[in-house]
Amino acid sequence: MADIAMIGGRDSVLLAKAAGLDVYFETDGVAAGKLIKRLAKDGVKVIFVTEPVYAAALEVIEKYRAEAYPAIIPVPDNRGASGVALAALKANVEKAIGADILFNEE
Amino acid sequence: MAVNYKPTRMELSGLKRRLVTAKRGHKLMKDKRDEMVRRFIAYVRRNKELREQVEKLMSEATEHFVLAKATMSKAEIEEALCYPASSASIEIGTTNVLSIEVPKLTYAGKSTAPRTYGYMTTSTELDTAVDKFAELMPLLIELAEIEKTCSLLAGEIEKTRRRVNALEYVMIPQLEEAIHRISMKLDENERGNLTRLMKTKDMLKAKEES
Repeated sequence: MADIAMIGGRDSVLLAKAAGLDVYFETDGVAAGKLIKRLAKDGVKVIFVTEPVYAAALEVIEKYRAEAYPAIIPVPDNRGASGVALAALKANVEKAIGADILFNEE
Repeated sequence: MAVNYKPTRMELSGLKRRLVTAKRGHKLMKDKRDEMVRRFIAYVRRNKELREQVEKLMSEATEHFVLAKATMSKAEIEEALCYPASSASIEIGTTNVLSIEVPKLTYAGKSTAPRTYGYMTTSTELDTAVDKFAELMPLLIELAEIEKTCSLLAGEIEKTRRRVNALEYVMIPQLEEAIHRISMKLDENERGNLTRLMKTKDMLKAKEES
């Protein structure tokens, strides 16, 4: 069992398989949530999920936010980045500092 | 919003001690918050940089992959990719950033392994895609580490900020007000007592003289 897993649509994550990650084909939000719970219980440390799945399974992902492991990280899928990940980053900044200091410079 | 305290010396000295502790705690918390924000900004900058980099490289890799998919059949692609050429392993630890446990990940995969699929049925585009993705792996791991650190720090900063504000705007003013009220009350009692004594003395004197 590898420490790194990736969840997403078949076309998006096949490449990760070649790089040696544990790959799970799942695009449904509820099923992905269950899968994340199971992986977390099995001790997987890093779970990459494609952005659509991240958005769909957000409810489960929020639960693991306060813990060091597993780290659940959104990555762009084969349709490119949708901005979900950057929005999450922005939300973090606003939570910590109270104002958006990163993105207003653009 | 004054809290009722008994106007006694015991209570007063207790409150004074609590005020000192609260002030000290407030100063420490404030320092902690400032330092966390400073580090958070550094982390979050790096996070943004990395994410943009990853997104760029990822889309390049998928572009090649899409081209490869166009020239090969689905079964061939799966056959080629399903046996990993390199093993992705990471070293896992935790580091302590201002008493928050944050993950520390080091990529320990070997990406120099030869390809595990035959050249006959695969296209060069697939090679490029796989290479690009292998290149991406260390970045992805670093991104995972930094992004998690950022979100943990953000949560902790929020909590600390609340504590600082609670101490600064509720706890300390309340204690100060209570101390003020008690010392006023004690002074007033003292004065009352003194006047009573003087009065009694006057009365005694008047009795003696008459």
